[in-house]
Amino acid sequence: MQQAWIPLMLSLKVAGWATALNLVFGVAAGFGLSRWRSGARDVVDSLLTLPLVMPPTVLGYYLLVLLGRRGVIGAWLDRFDIQLVFTWQGAVIASTVVAFPLVLKSARAAFEAVDPQLERAARTLGVSETAVFFRVSLPLAARGILAGGLLAFARALGEFGATLMIAGNLPGRTQTLSVAVYAAVQAGDDNTANFLVIVTSVTCVVILLLAGRLVPQRTLLVPR
Amino acid sequence: MPLAVDIRKTFVSAERRFTLDVAFNATTQRVVLFGPSGAGKSLTLQAIAGLLRPDEGTIALHGNALFDSARHIDLKPQARKVAYLFQDYALFPHLNVRQNIGFGLQRGWLNARARHISAEVDYWLDALELRDVASNYPAQLSGGQKQRVALARALVARPQLLLLDEPFSALDSNLRQRMRAELSELQTRLDIPMVLITHDPDDVAAFGDQVVQITDGRVREHQAFSGYLRSAT
Repeated sequence: MQQAWIPLMLSLKVAGWATALNLVFGVAAGFGLSRWRSGARDVVDSLLTLPLVMPPTVLGYYLLVLLGRRGVIGAWLDRFDIQLVFTWQGAVIASTVVAFPLVLKSARAAFEAVDPQLERAARTLGVSETAVFFRVSLPLAARGILAGGLLAFARALGEFGATLMIAGNLPGRTQTLSVAVYAAVQAGDDNTANFLVIVTSVTCVVILLLAGRLVPQRTLLVPR
Repeated sequence: MPLAVDIRKTFVSAERRFTLDVAFNATTQRVVLFGPSGAGKSLTLQAIAGLLRPDEGTIALHGNALFDSARHIDLKPQARKVAYLFQDYALFPHLNVRQNIGFGLQRGWLNARARHISAEVDYWLDALELRDVASNYPAQLSGGQKQRVALARALVARPQLLLLDEPFSALDSNLRQRMRAELSELQTRLDIPMVLITHDPDDVAAFGDQVVQITDGRVREHQAFSGYLRSAT
């Protein structure tokens, strides 16, 4: 039990943080891209979508190069005594990067589906641009964003490649559920592997059921 | 009405080039911009509201410049105190009638709660007979109710000017007559200046104390209503 409980909690913690970060950055980037009128928009969108199509190990390598002690960002962080490699925070960054395009894509599509007339109506009613975003655009895009957030959580929970590259496989510290399954199989410990796989499957089913409750089938536009 | 408009804007697309060149001085409380669809009526209205930036020219209300290209004045729509009634009403689908009407009164980054009570909103709910549907959402309203909510939402912040974009085109003809009478009565009571755009001669007859006729982006005729449109149709 203990050998499954710790990686399960770690996986949930990492996926939760990654989803929360993506709901901020992914939504901001999605809104920016949906309103940006420029020829460079498609190029930027493609670059930001790269994590979706690149092999996670390649992403993990990039992150290692950037965040390692001798990396550009890593060396700078090292001055403040912050290390990300081989920590659960490093796993959060890996999961965040991998799941980012899922939130970006759904947020952009959701914001583009908001009728611009409604935002203009809000402006003529004297409401500031920030308030227009929080009172009109965001609530009307919320359903699409929530769907993207759930996908991102699921993706982060299953993250393996990039996490292994940057956070490693330290039992109790950075060994997430998906990494623990791999480690157990490699060690020939079939009992642990079976148990972990069952725990993972049950967790995923529970999350899907919760997700179905969070996003009701009826449209949010007519709450009754 | 002290509204003076004198603006130019050119739109260029691959297929065509459209120049809006509109100038008129409103002298009455009720002005109708009349012309076929695509003539530039809505663009003119959007420019007055600050939703469209002209290339050059001036827009002044009560002697205050809302837009003046020479003096680099371009007030944001939020600062113009000009109410805009959109053709499809543009009611916020995620807010109930009460929240829609009170939208412009509510400050800050959050919407009022669904049950938030405000005396001003209550006044308009009664004035436009919307009390029974106060907690309904726009999707549950009839066309006439939607229009009343949009009117109340536009008027609750006490604007200096009311702009109406084809306000009756989405209604059937019976309702259209009734809403015309309601709007007319409301305008007289509030004594608020209004600019209404339409391609319907009946609207011109009802509201056209002054008629500005727009064709192909230009003002063709500009005169007090004298019945000439009736004889022409």
